[in-house]
Amino acid sequence: MVQEKKQLITMKGTKDGLTLFIEDSCSFEQAIQELGRKMKESRPTQHEPIVSVRVKLGHRYLNDEQLERLKQTICEENRFTIHSIESDVVLREEARLWQANSEIKAMNRIVRSGQILHVTGDLLLIGDVNPGGKVTATGNIYILGNLRGIAHAGVDGDIKAFIAASFMNPSQLRIADYISRAPDYESDGVYMECGLVDEEKDKIIIDRLQVLSHKRKEINRFERRMQNG
Amino acid sequence: MGEAIVITSGKGGVGKTTTTANIGTALALMEKKVCLIDTDIGLRNLDVVMGLENRIIYDIVDVIEERCKLKQALIKDKRFDYLSVLPAAQTSDKSSVTTEGMLRIITELKQEYDYIIIDCPAGIEQGFQNAIAGADKAIVVTTPEKSSVRDADRIIGLLEKEDMVEPPRLVINRIRNHMMKSGDMLDIDDVLQILSVDLIGIVIDDEEVIKASNKGEPVAFKPNTKASIAYRNIARRILGETVPLQNLDTEKGMMQKVKKFFGMRV
Repeated sequence: MVQEKKQLITMKGTKDGLTLFIEDSCSFEQAIQELGRKMKESRPTQHEPIVSVRVKLGHRYLNDEQLERLKQTICEENRFTIHSIESDVVLREEARLWQANSEIKAMNRIVRSGQILHVTGDLLLIGDVNPGGKVTATGNIYILGNLRGIAHAGVDGDIKAFIAASFMNPSQLRIADYISRAPDYESDGVYMECGLVDEEKDKIIIDRLQVLSHKRKEINRFERRMQNG
Repeated sequence: MGEAIVITSGKGGVGKTTTTANIGTALALMEKKVCLIDTDIGLRNLDVVMGLENRIIYDIVDVIEERCKLKQALIKDKRFDYLSVLPAAQTSDKSSVTTEGMLRIITELKQEYDYIIIDCPAGIEQGFQNAIAGADKAIVVTTPEKSSVRDADRIIGLLEKEDMVEPPRLVINRIRNHMMKSGDMLDIDDVLQILSVDLIGIVIDDEEVIKASNKGEPVAFKPNTKASIAYRNIARRILGETVPLQNLDTEKGMMQKVKKFFGMRV
């Protein structure tokens, strides 16, 4: 029998908690039953702290319903909390979405008054955004040109998104749900600056581009959005 | 085959009609056959500026609805033969003008004339769409004011989506030199930086323009006023000549020139 030879569930304790490897060659039902049994056996007692669990699925794909059952089996009644569930496979559709969200879309045009330019992912605009024009992106916005209109980064709610421009004189900056507008007095605009959400002050701040190197380190990482999901 | 140029601006009151009348007159003075079309149905002005109001019998709506032939509706200019005007209707409903109708008229006029200059109504509605329908080129008129530049920007955006022979070119109208210098008005570079299109001419704010249009004689007829020279320069640039931009400074006195020579403030 396969079950006898091979462990369906392998547990490994690390300093961060517990890692669960679920064998990917058996059926989901088998795995979940075995998992339920194992979890009951090894659950921490009342005096012990709650243990965080990383689940590694290998080459198994779980749909939403199965994911829910898995979570229930691990958490219910047991003193475990799920840190992450990782699978080595993704749906083609999700992969495309990830790709779209992590790509930089380069555009070469002027966004004039009344025009709206929207991209999924990061926007690299070579050209100006004129007063009355608007650019939006689900990721960051980089403008090699003059930003005089409205820029909205992280439209789907990513507050880590930022806006960088060679020349910054926007009528409004928007990041996720934050909005900031230009002062009522005439301002001259600034060169090579960026706008980002300062979580302590709970508002958008404009600062030199250099601050990005320590405030938004994750810009270098390709998978940053894949992990954010 | 002639060429159709639409004069447009988005905002009202920046001088589209004056520009149309004067560029047309200047081109005609250079012995080109020119036809001006007023497409501002219900608010026609071009005939007044040209001083031809009394001669209107048929108008553009009559042509489109086939109540008359195109030739019957055209008014020959009273001063010389090279120039004609197709007036807008003052009373009819705007909806009677269609893009197809405009295209038909312009195609027919192109056989006969070297330049067809179309005066566009303000706004970006159907009237604007009709006016640009048959145009090969566009000239956008703006004044050095923020609101007018904003609208010009919008219009350029719309024109760029059309299939024109070349990108729109810009006329900056009503320039007041002393205000530009003191920084109270946007200067030419500010405007160009925002709009990023080619400049085809600058026209100074000149009282002569108002005097002339009230008399029904476009200022381009007058030989020596600054505005007249500006419009003629634009016409020459349309013909493909390279003409330097007009110097906006008024003549300085001898003492000031000497002072400037020695680097003193003037």
